[in-house]
Amino acid sequence: MAGAALFGRRMMWRVGTVVALQDETATARTITLKVPDWPGHIAGQHVDVRLTASDGYSAVRSYSIASAPNSEGRVELTVERLPNGEVSPYLTQEVAIGDPLEVRGPIGGWFVWRSEQTEPVQLIAGGSGIVPLMAMIRSRAAVGSAATFRLLYSVREPGAVWYRDELQALSDQNRSVALTYAYTRVAPKGWPRAPSRIDAALIAQTTWPSNLCPTCYVCGPTSFVERAAGLLTTIGNSPDKIRTERFGPTGDRK
Amino acid sequence: MGIISRGFSGRRSAADAKLPPGQYLTTDFPVLSAGPTPHIPLDQWEFVIDDGTDILRRWNWKSFRDLPTETFTVDVHCVTRWSKLGTFWEGVSLDTILADVKTDASYAMARSYGDYTTNLPLKDLMNNQAWIAFRFDNKDLAPEHGGPARLLVPHLYLWKSAKWVRGVTLMHKDKPGFWESLGYHIYGDPWREQRYSGDE
Amino acid sequence: MNSHTCHYEYLDGNAAAGELSNIFTMDVTAAKGQCAHCGATKRFAEAHVYMQAPGIVARCAVCEHVILRFVTTRQRVFLDLRGMTCLILDTSQLIDSGQ
Repeated sequence: MAGAALFGRRMMWRVGTVVALQDETATARTITLKVPDWPGHIAGQHVDVRLTASDGYSAVRSYSIASAPNSEGRVELTVERLPNGEVSPYLTQEVAIGDPLEVRGPIGGWFVWRSEQTEPVQLIAGGSGIVPLMAMIRSRAAVGSAATFRLLYSVREPGAVWYRDELQALSDQNRSVALTYAYTRVAPKGWPRAPSRIDAALIAQTTWPSNLCPTCYVCGPTSFVERAAGLLTTIGNSPDKIRTERFGPTGDRK
Repeated sequence: MGIISRGFSGRRSAADAKLPPGQYLTTDFPVLSAGPTPHIPLDQWEFVIDDGTDILRRWNWKSFRDLPTETFTVDVHCVTRWSKLGTFWEGVSLDTILADVKTDASYAMARSYGDYTTNLPLKDLMNNQAWIAFRFDNKDLAPEHGGPARLLVPHLYLWKSAKWVRGVTLMHKDKPGFWESLGYHIYGDPWREQRYSGDE
Repeated sequence: MNSHTCHYEYLDGNAAAGELSNIFTMDVTAAKGQCAHCGATKRFAEAHVYMQAPGIVARCAVCEHVILRFVTTRQRVFLDLRGMTCLILDTSQLIDSGQ
């Protein structure tokens, strides 16, 4: 099966080609790569991207894959430009269509949603943590899965939402993906909840009841993930059913 | 080496003649850590000199702060390749700390809250080249930079300048610390680019 | 973990998996590791990983003791697993030979 058997071989750096670029917000851009001999991926996995300067200096960063598993070697990454970032400004401002880009992956066999899964799924994203969860939502739609999804997506402000139209369309055309936004700094006019961090009431009202035993995927900055995972267990979800992935700045590695 | 990324230079400034080989200049102060940042209340803080068996000297925060202090401006070089020039500190010289310690040991293991360790020749802690620093840039040293107090040995790579230092164990034989036991150089002179074990 | 610790510097095992793929051909994020200090058995994905450092340091998510250290030098990699009594990797996802 495409995109399922991924391990057992040493992972090598592959040279992908940038085939499309799309801005998601003023600071985030989706880069679509075509990667020859791509072994396929599972929703939720990530890749390492390596940039190398002309003197040999290199920097490696991890980015989650946004695209659903596919057999065309298409890998989409959505990258947020970090202030004082080393790699993200390059990826969001410098990279052009046709450029080669080195990737290693796909990486990770734990924070994944497989299309064989049938249980309810609770997704919780903080900011750019939406990316691997978007791959799961896209994967679900692509295979016509009957698994019911809920997404709680926490962002600073309405303008910081990624994939807004696609999420809306998927949620409109298919009631099995229920969408809740939570705003931490600025909410749209008339929004029922004052801007604030996610809390117990929000988790209790908008996530699956724990007696349905949903598998929960939480992705975002470490502080967000700790909070969300803690709240999920507070309302009765088993820690065994909560899978987390923490985003954050990674070191300058050579 | 990978393929060249057109137009990528990384977060680095132009080469500076004052920098050790392989280093680049940074103006911010990157925070490196191998574990959770300990937050040590000053009334629980202590600094101990021992020889592996016996405690030779012990200070609490008050007696430590009663020691004479110095201010100093030094360049620091991290093995992850950034260097920061002209950093301004206040601290107690290890010459002061070790003044009344009688020992024939040749090596020292700095020990930290959070169980970090790093080894140095004892002579590198002496002769006005090492301090227990507690202020940086005229402010109390922040926990993420090693506060309340850290070792500062700026002539060696910065992993030798143990953050959250809690003591020094004097040793007759050299012994590798946390990073030295995992591929990093036993001494770590940035000017000789002694990054990894096996580097000359 | 120190109760005074108020901000988070760590990532998790997912973040280290790319570097560890240099030595493991099997996925490490789904692997289970037992902490030699407290005995907790957790997925490596759940470990607290510190990467803003001269190497990668993974700590037990329960007791924060070091379970794995990994350093890449010019020609060698160093792997310290003494903090784990056992690491269980999953072979069910191995590539079928010939695929």
